[in-house]
Amino acid sequence: MPNQMPFADKLSKIGEQAYFFRSFFRNIFKRGFEWEELFRQCYIIGFRSTGICALTGFILGIVLTIQSAPTLKDFGAESYIPGMVSVSIVREIGPVIIALICAGKVASSIGAELGSMNVTEQIDAMEVSGANPVQFLVVTRVLACIFMIPLLTIFADAMALIGGYLATALSVGMSAQLYFTKAVSILDYTDVFPAVIKTLFFGFAIGFVGCYKGFTSNKGTESVGLAANSAVVTASVWVIIIDAIVVQITNSVVYN
Amino acid sequence: MEDEKVIEIRGLKKSFNGKAVLEDVNLDVRKGENVVVLGKSGTGKSVTIKCIAGLLQPDGGSLKVFGEEVTELDEDALKALRCRMGFLFQGAALYDSMTVRENLEFPLKRVLQIKDKEEIRQRCEEVLEAVGLTDAIDKMPSDLSGGMRKRMGLARTLIVRPEIILYDEPTTGLDTITSREISELILEMQKKYKTSSVIITHDIPCAKLTADRVLIMNEGKYIAEGTYEELEKSEDEFIRSFFK
Repeated sequence: MPNQMPFADKLSKIGEQAYFFRSFFRNIFKRGFEWEELFRQCYIIGFRSTGICALTGFILGIVLTIQSAPTLKDFGAESYIPGMVSVSIVREIGPVIIALICAGKVASSIGAELGSMNVTEQIDAMEVSGANPVQFLVVTRVLACIFMIPLLTIFADAMALIGGYLATALSVGMSAQLYFTKAVSILDYTDVFPAVIKTLFFGFAIGFVGCYKGFTSNKGTESVGLAANSAVVTASVWVIIIDAIVVQITNSVVYN
Repeated sequence: MEDEKVIEIRGLKKSFNGKAVLEDVNLDVRKGENVVVLGKSGTGKSVTIKCIAGLLQPDGGSLKVFGEEVTELDEDALKALRCRMGFLFQGAALYDSMTVRENLEFPLKRVLQIKDKEEIRQRCEEVLEAVGLTDAIDKMPSDLSGGMRKRMGLARTLIVRPEIILYDEPTTGLDTITSREISELILEMQKKYKTSSVIITHDIPCAKLTADRVLIMNEGKYIAEGTYEELEKSEDEFIRSFFK
């Protein structure tokens, strides 16, 4: 029965993922929470990603302005540039692009690190010593992603507005005060709140996928590369899926 | 050596993807005894000790450690049992993002829940002195040589004062002199800390030096048992071939 094995394998994989998911949640509330490791991971995942997020946000702001300014100028609607940039960045482009950047940077690094620990039996060593590897390695990394990715997104959004301002000032000569007043005043809680909620889920997906892929990688050096690669691809796909779901929910609940 | 059995295995079975690796394994380890397991690669030696440590779930048979059936223990009971056991991995499995000191502190803080800084410091210094690595306390594992890593792995295993130590090829990849040093250290630790050990090895000088009893494994079964001298003079050509 050659066709039954892949299906059985798939079921087994789903079971493994469900078990890992349950294990993560159970260990959040267990005694001996690793606060020190959580802060260390927040520093690694958050602080060390600020440069790339700042640059990405800044360039996004410039590009968005340069692309849209000529058309708006043709209609005499230059004054709409700040609002257009801030709404599109805060609602959609900022969260999704930063999540994709973090899927590439953070999920791959977690996948490779835990995959390498798995290959060199460090996870087994932790388990056999009586320590709790899920609490120490997984809970801290996933929570750090949940906390830091929203902060990185807010930071990148701010950088995008600065980039947008520079491009606007150069192309249409708008003052900083006018630009930022228009950019911020157009935003209300229906723009900011769903976007922040969305980034919490993005953070969870990135951290969880990275940890799962690394933790369950096969033995052998090739598996480390595969775990990192698979973490990036799977986390990126989940970011897009979560975004699609959240947009549907937001449209039906908030904007209707 | 005492008669009390710390490990008792009967009819242990384990297979991977339908291929039987362990078939009817029987093993007893008494308190204070060093048991060396010899065998060709892939015969299930490491699988046996991983089953003892609860890292692998056997498919059948009975596996008792300190009289408790390992396969029937819940998470907390298994954790308590593991606190009484140590495992030295083939590659030492040092946590490479932590210094030597942090590697040693890890099980003390998280497993034994020791909070007293002075006690932690004393324990770290004691084990590092025992394995001759006092100067390496602030080094990263990547700065240590192969022999130092093995010593360090042994120090991390010993720091929780285990009653049983499982060694997975403790001298693999080391030169003759360092291998001998590690073997002598194993023997010294057995005497000093009164541990019982299962030592998986291919290294015959290590087996000769450390073994109270030798077991030979082939195709998932133990095929011979005795002292080093007895097995060395065995009439079976296959068994003698290990000692050439």
